[in-house]
Amino acid sequence: MKFSIERAALLRALAHVQSVVERRNTIPILSNVMLKAEKGELSLSATDMDLEILETVPAEVSSGGATTAPAHTLYDIVRKLPDKGAVEFESNGEQTTLSVRAGRSNFKLGCLPTEDFPQMAGSSLPHAFELGASDLKTLIDRARFAISTEETRYYLNGIYLHAAKSGDVAVLRAVATDGHRLARVEMPLPDGAGKMPGIIVPRKTVAEIRKLIEESNGSIGVSLSDTKIRFAVDDVVLTSKLIDGTFPDYERVIPSGNDKVLEVDPRTFAQAVDRVATIATEKTRAVKLSIDRGQLTVSANSPESGSASEELEVNYSATPLEIGFNSRYLLDITQQIEGDGCRLLIADSASPTVIRDTSDASALYVLMPMRV
Amino acid sequence: MEAAEIPRLCRDCGDLRPVSLTDHRSRCPNCGSPRLIAHAELTDLSIAHIDCDAFYATVEKREDPSLIEKPVIVGGGRRGVVSAACYVARRFGVRSAMPMFKALSLCPDAVVIRPRMELYAQVGRQVRAIMRDATPLVEALSIDEAFLDLTGTAKLHRAVPAETLAKLARQIEAELGVTVSIGLAPNKFLAKMASEIDKPRGFAVVGRNDIRAFLDPQPIRALWGVGPKLEEKLQRDGYKTIGDLFAVGRDRLIERYGSTGLHLSQLAAGEDARKIEPGRESKSVSAETTFNNDLIGAEALHAELWPLAEKVSRRMKRENVAARTIVLTLRTTKFKRFSRRIGVQPPTQLATVLFETAQKLLAPLADAEPYRLIGVGGTDLVPPEGADTSDLVDPTRGRTAAVERAIDALRAKHGNASITKGRGFKPT
Repeated sequence: MKFSIERAALLRALAHVQSVVERRNTIPILSNVMLKAEKGELSLSATDMDLEILETVPAEVSSGGATTAPAHTLYDIVRKLPDKGAVEFESNGEQTTLSVRAGRSNFKLGCLPTEDFPQMAGSSLPHAFELGASDLKTLIDRARFAISTEETRYYLNGIYLHAAKSGDVAVLRAVATDGHRLARVEMPLPDGAGKMPGIIVPRKTVAEIRKLIEESNGSIGVSLSDTKIRFAVDDVVLTSKLIDGTFPDYERVIPSGNDKVLEVDPRTFAQAVDRVATIATEKTRAVKLSIDRGQLTVSANSPESGSASEELEVNYSATPLEIGFNSRYLLDITQQIEGDGCRLLIADSASPTVIRDTSDASALYVLMPMRV
Repeated sequence: MEAAEIPRLCRDCGDLRPVSLTDHRSRCPNCGSPRLIAHAELTDLSIAHIDCDAFYATVEKREDPSLIEKPVIVGGGRRGVVSAACYVARRFGVRSAMPMFKALSLCPDAVVIRPRMELYAQVGRQVRAIMRDATPLVEALSIDEAFLDLTGTAKLHRAVPAETLAKLARQIEAELGVTVSIGLAPNKFLAKMASEIDKPRGFAVVGRNDIRAFLDPQPIRALWGVGPKLEEKLQRDGYKTIGDLFAVGRDRLIERYGSTGLHLSQLAAGEDARKIEPGRESKSVSAETTFNNDLIGAEALHAELWPLAEKVSRRMKRENVAARTIVLTLRTTKFKRFSRRIGVQPPTQLATVLFETAQKLLAPLADAEPYRLIGVGGTDLVPPEGADTSDLVDPTRGRTAAVERAIDALRAKHGNASITKGRGFKPT
């Protein structure tokens, strides 16, 4: 195998691919990227057995072939090569070493045979639809912060994606929760998604696809079955297993009767919470909201560092109320609110509060209060 | 020239006086006791390790005085292992962790007693309470041993640490009927080794000037942090005794073993900068049981698991801790012991959660092969505030907690048998 490829294009592809490869691997071949050169193209692929990435880049192929080389090492090499110019690759006949040349630099890397490289079993992905890159971005960003890292309830370790009805409108919904907070985001249901099953997309896959769409403005091809999902972004194809579990009935925990309405400016509110939280105890990060007619006091108390409070003018006309929240969770949510108004629907100091953007009904957040 | 003098303490009457190095009288002139301890650094040292002698067996003898002269083995079941052997039984060669059949073949007349952990834990707490009267710096290592830092207590007690320790030993023996062995040294590592020297009812001192003579002949295994793996590696490299390690020097050890080498060289030199950490008690709570007959399959194993979960839960509630990680331990019939662990959120002290989580861990293993032991435990312990609260996904946890607390309250009032969960019910 022998080919030459532009350094910038190679670096970009390797950046995507190496990100899927785990840093620590007990199986050596999983540390490797598979390089396949043929017909004016280099394809790079990597896998962690749950998630597989495949990317193709134009290359000048003088003799085709394939091998696998350590992904992180190769990425580091190409990253450190001079900005402009081409990188030449050549493997020996047995495909056991790969030489990498650029300018005056010369590297020889040990390779492993391509036959050992694991590939996800191909299976049919009967549901396919297109999503705008920015739509998918919004869907992910507004939900991902609520993904749980807890091992026991593994079915919460991802975003639950499914088709639903919002009133009379068919929507594609993304839901994530860790038990303390819940995010529910929706968008009009794309064509072809109507019969899709409810699926749980794992956290790592969410992070990888989010990175890929950062650089893209076009549309993303999504295809899925009840065990796998595939994203096609430009020249990259990301295929992932899904979390095999049942996502809890989230509708049940979204309160509908919360009648105390607090409206705040999300930015002023977030800044106040952030400032006051400087004092909150490291462990709980708790802040207290004391709400009275037209006025909100955000305060924190910590036996170690002292106390803090800040007053805000707000819209509130129900009975005065005190309620505590984890400041980090409050910030996570308010940061997702892009409009000028943030509405908190509160029942009492012990029940979940609903938070929404006053000008955008597509996202809804639920937050458990803390005792303060 | 006047003969050099060293301090000598009578462990029975507390008489402390300087004696000439040439004074070999073996009895206390004050009370006539032979239990004297003389050492040049006796009044300078303040770090101690106290270890109860054959703790479980001693407690059992205290509970039933007719056992005092008899060989007593505490251990479980037909196939269990020896948890503790009294000093009478040890004369026959019985040792802790020995399989019971072997112990009984060595000492057929031994009285075998099933462990009563609750009782031992209670006595252990009483022992620690007495220790804490001497110094707040008590670091419990297990139910029956602890480190004490008596630095700076001389004024308070109007007695040097050695005197306080001797008094402590007398008090524990008189009030609780348990004997202890004491090691007094400049640091934890040496103190722990010293307490082994003079067991039972011992008191040994390892001073700064004794370090080489004491450590050099000891096997490397005696070093803190040297397990079987490292021992094997060190032996392969030609190190057999602590003296070997000391002789090769710090730099060579660092070069060869990295940070482990530094650790080894310090210990080999008798240095140990670890502080006594009083908060370190009980890093995990667990219970296990060895079966009379090998068990396979979820149903049989669950039946064993539930009472263990209840036991662990009871202890966590009593000790006011909650677990963030739950551990399931199994031992195969081929004596292979292994465990599986998983985090729980929010932390828990409930038997139901312990059981259900352990059940999940057990699910893929239950039918794989027969087992002879199962255990469950909670580790990664945190204060119970915030544990077992309901959240958005599991609105029932708070209710489960309330049910368990109600059961606990009933049991506290009417005894354990008064109420039991359906899964623990055995018709009689």
